[in-house]
Amino acid sequence: MSVLRPLDKLPGLNTATILLVGTDDVLLQQLAGSMLKEDCASELKVHLAKSLPLPSNVNRPRIDLIVFVVNLHSQHSLRNVEESLHHVDASFFLGKVSFLATGAGQESHCSVHRNTVVKLAHTYRSPLLFCDLEVEGFRTTMAQRLVRMLQICAGHVPGVSALNLLSLLRSTENPSLEDL
Amino acid sequence: MDETVAEFFRRTILKIPITEMMTVLKAWDFLSENHLQTVNFRQRKESLVQDLVLLCEEKRASLNDAALLDIIYTQFHRHQKVWDVFQMSRRPGEDIDLFDMEQFKSSFKKILQRALKNVTVSFRDTEENAVWIRIAWGTQYRKPNQYKPVYVVYYSQTPYAFVASSLLKSNLPLLGQALTVASKHHQIVKMDLRSRYLDSLKAIVFKQYNQNFETHNSTTPLQERSLGLDINIVDSRIIHENRVEKERIQRVTQEIFGDYPQPRLEFAQYKLETKFKSDLNRGILAEREEPLRCLVKFSSPHLLEALKSLAPAGIADAPLSPLLTCIPNKGMNYFKIRDK
Repeated sequence: MSVLRPLDKLPGLNTATILLVGTDDVLLQQLAGSMLKEDCASELKVHLAKSLPLPSNVNRPRIDLIVFVVNLHSQHSLRNVEESLHHVDASFFLGKVSFLATGAGQESHCSVHRNTVVKLAHTYRSPLLFCDLEVEGFRTTMAQRLVRMLQICAGHVPGVSALNLLSLLRSTENPSLEDL
Repeated sequence: MDETVAEFFRRTILKIPITEMMTVLKAWDFLSENHLQTVNFRQRKESLVQDLVLLCEEKRASLNDAALLDIIYTQFHRHQKVWDVFQMSRRPGEDIDLFDMEQFKSSFKKILQRALKNVTVSFRDTEENAVWIRIAWGTQYRKPNQYKPVYVVYYSQTPYAFVASSLLKSNLPLLGQALTVASKHHQIVKMDLRSRYLDSLKAIVFKQYNQNFETHNSTTPLQERSLGLDINIVDSRIIHENRVEKERIQRVTQEIFGDYPQPRLEFAQYKLETKFKSDLNRGILAEREEPLRCLVKFSSPHLLEALKSLAPAGIADAPLSPLLTCIPNKGMNYFKIRDK
């Protein structure tokens, strides 16, 4: 019962909720702050979690989009995301999950290979975004993208659904990845 | 004045940054206000230094005065040296006479001069019953090298001495002996503690680091006081799912590290001499009788503050390994780990 399901709650009026999952608390908080600064017609809520499953005794709104944040500098953050993925229902992966890799800018500090995250995103058929969350400019741009994605996933954009967005975001498959 | 002494003066004064020149010279107190007024402090540094050296020559400054200036410069720039900590002990049951600073100094100097003809020893008293000692070493046939001195800071009411040496290690036993005998101790041991920050070493060794000098507002809830990561959210639209866990981590971290600023160390080094343990039954490293030799070194501009922020930042689980958290308590930052 600790599995997250996309449709097990009724949506709130004009509310869109995003769940950010990752070990780097400071970065998540900064990203949340940047997202809330954006102008948005919907009411935004940002939930921050270190890992899944979430504590069960809490009354929380329906989650429209989950973003798993992997810090390429830390194997620990990758393992944390991999374990958290087990607690998400399969139907979430129809466009309501996204991966975000941070820290690619500092090559020398990276202990997780870029391909590892690419493979992970490919396995779960979800988009992978790269952004150095520590740089304010990049973070603001990413926040804007996430707000737009969140609005679509919450159904606030007429004519576009989460599944539409997923097929739009899917990049041409790299032939070598198809062999995996 | 001897040419070598004049050169020593020149090089010592040249080291002092212009912004500190007045302060250092005033602390030195060899050149009076009137003398200093005759020098133009706004000229280029080389000319200023030349003028000052000439002034020292006029006033018949000696090698000892130059050594004293060197001590004062080092006191202002103590972070430029790496300090080791030595602990002395007495035989159990030995009577402790009243400490006489002058007797200590003359005894210390005599011991060194008896062993090595060519040695320059200078002293400067400071507060807290401490004395800074500068030693320039020579050999039987060579005059002391003034450019590679050893500094010792000895706190007379304690068995501790802090030593900053340049690369000459061969004279350390003699130094240890002189310190021990002059201060009426029996034995001297080098502690596994080393840092650039003399004040932090003092705080660790004298157990003064756990004093919180700020006025403590105990009505502020735990979250707001700690570590700068605001759990009390500015924006109510941000919800922390793991609030309980975060509070636990903050609490555990505070229990271990306390509220006070940590003493400053740059590294911790762990020498492992343990046997390699592996889950796999076969492997090149498993099934060896000899221990695996491995060195793990943690470096940081401020190691203990970095360790304190590991768990709240999500990089490590709380509580941290006791090997890391015992550093100020045990007064060590070099460890040797063996199998039990």
